[in-house]
Amino acid sequence: MPLILELEDEYRKAKRDPEFAAQMDDLWRNYVGRPSPLYHAERISEHFGGPKIYFKRDELNHTGAHKINNCLGQVLLAMRMGKKRIIAETGAGQHGVATATVCARFGLKCVVFMGATDVERQKPNVFRMKMLGAEIVPVSSGTGTLKDAMNEALRDWVTNVHDTFYVIGTAAGPHPYPELVRDFQSVIGEEAKRQLQEREGRLPDAVMACIGGGSNAIGLFHPFIEDEGVRLIGVEASGHGIETGQHAAALNGGKPGILHGNKTYLLQTDDGQIIDAHSISAGLDYPGIGPEHAFLRDTGRAEYLTCTDKEALEGFQLCTRLEGIIPALEPAHAIARLGDVCETMDKDQILIMNLCGRGDKDIFSVAEHLGMEI
Amino acid sequence: MPTSRITARFDKVRAEGRAALVSYIMAGDPDLETSFKALCALRDNGADIIELGAPFTDPMADGPAIQMAGQRSLKAGTKLTDVLALAKRFRAEDKDTPLILMGYANPVFHMGYQAFADAAAEAGIDGTILVDLPPEEDHELREAYAHHEISVIRLATPTTTDKRIAKVAEGASGFLYYVAVAGVTGSGSADPEDIREGVERARKVSGLPVCVGFGVRTGEQAAAMAAIADGVVVGSAFVDHVRLALEAGEPDAIAPRIGTLAAELSGALRSAE
Repeated sequence: MPLILELEDEYRKAKRDPEFAAQMDDLWRNYVGRPSPLYHAERISEHFGGPKIYFKRDELNHTGAHKINNCLGQVLLAMRMGKKRIIAETGAGQHGVATATVCARFGLKCVVFMGATDVERQKPNVFRMKMLGAEIVPVSSGTGTLKDAMNEALRDWVTNVHDTFYVIGTAAGPHPYPELVRDFQSVIGEEAKRQLQEREGRLPDAVMACIGGGSNAIGLFHPFIEDEGVRLIGVEASGHGIETGQHAAALNGGKPGILHGNKTYLLQTDDGQIIDAHSISAGLDYPGIGPEHAFLRDTGRAEYLTCTDKEALEGFQLCTRLEGIIPALEPAHAIARLGDVCETMDKDQILIMNLCGRGDKDIFSVAEHLGMEI
Repeated sequence: MPTSRITARFDKVRAEGRAALVSYIMAGDPDLETSFKALCALRDNGADIIELGAPFTDPMADGPAIQMAGQRSLKAGTKLTDVLALAKRFRAEDKDTPLILMGYANPVFHMGYQAFADAAAEAGIDGTILVDLPPEEDHELREAYAHHEISVIRLATPTTTDKRIAKVAEGASGFLYYVAVAGVTGSGSADPEDIREGVERARKVSGLPVCVGFGVRTGEQAAAMAAIADGVVVGSAFVDHVRLALEAGEPDAIAPRIGTLAAELSGALRSAE
């Protein structure tokens, strides 16, 4: 507890420090490439025949996803706290790559914990992290996946807390992490709100994002929570289907529980043991969900839909063919649900979907699933 | 809150002018029958207090030894209700040795705090250590314990400030579990002199007996730690014996091996000053 209380303290101070804000703003603008564009996806809109669909183009960020928004913020905090060693957990490798990138930029030592099975199936990202100077620790304890990588990172952190900062990538983990991640990712929703105001002079009718732990979704949702007319729609990965038990839909197929320092919905057995998540997208492969999403669901403020592996592959191809944008498999889940959501909306309405990552990393697994050879 | 068995045990140990041996095994590792024999072996060989581990899929505060013990137990299908049944079976034969259930919050939360509290009390559990449930978050559990004699036992470390120890002690009873080294269970050992002052402060601020654990494996280490603490916790070293016996293909040797280590540790504590 003392270590996370210290982190909270430092974050409160940083929040009030205009220099911290100026530093973030400069890096976002000139290193990450923010603001990311708000793009009218004309052909997808036409295809579904419903509302006007905008993509928030967070896949155009440096390192190819929204993850870097948060890494920058947390690493700057780490430096304020005088920590020289950064650790992170990663599933698909996107958060690991973003963390390794920021550590290279600031000359910090970086250690990334990654499930042994993920190290095998995400070789390109493992190579990227190594090139960026990070040390990769394959985790074979437990079931060797993302949650085990997080366990191992927590173990490392309590052992080396004197010089180490743990950069958590998703909107989960112990307080104040969910809040930190939300605040640093809120740049997505803030920009989208401002950009749509400039373009259309109004608020959107709905905002939509895929959800694993929920960092990109909470970043998009948060600035719209008070705007009651704006529907907040999250899409969870239902893998082979919730009824098969092989999925990653904690809200739609899980129960309340306690893991990694937060109380939220979890995939678990009748005895409270954690079940491994399954999704075609390693980035959604987490058995929990950020606690704020659990709250938004319980209060009815946000809606949470699901999308199977198969549907996500269709969404992936649809976006690629119609918009000339190869999405990551994560946002492909949201793309695949656009049709159903559009049916509930009128032509003169507006929907913003966060395209939170690009698909370069996924081409090998997509090819495999489609039975094609590269 | 009265904590009869634990308090009585510390009174007895103090009267004997020594520190308590607090031993840990994982319930259901590798099966419940062996665990029952191991519990009896601990009691028969001088363990003063027994911590009974409840397995969890994500034991983030544990090192490899206890992680693997938990996995062996889960593989055997051990459920929280089985752990309680094991405690109850032991309690039927032994009315005095305090039993502490040690594990993680989720299985207990999932069972329901009140249902767990009632079942734990009926099983003769004297206290619980749920390592991922900090004082800020355990009021519901404490409410569930209110009508039972079950202690909430909490952890402190050398980095815990006096202010924090006061917070940790609030609502806690039985004893304070002092984690000697920053890290997970089974990691390197601490020099008792380095933590002497911290342990004294923890005792003074909390008003509870302080048991020191993490990294204590041998009689020699236990005796050295006994010089500064009210109790010494040994866990991974016991659990390692389960692994070693299994690797040697001698599951029947588990309880005797555990008994031998308990006797060594207990002997060292009895002959220490």
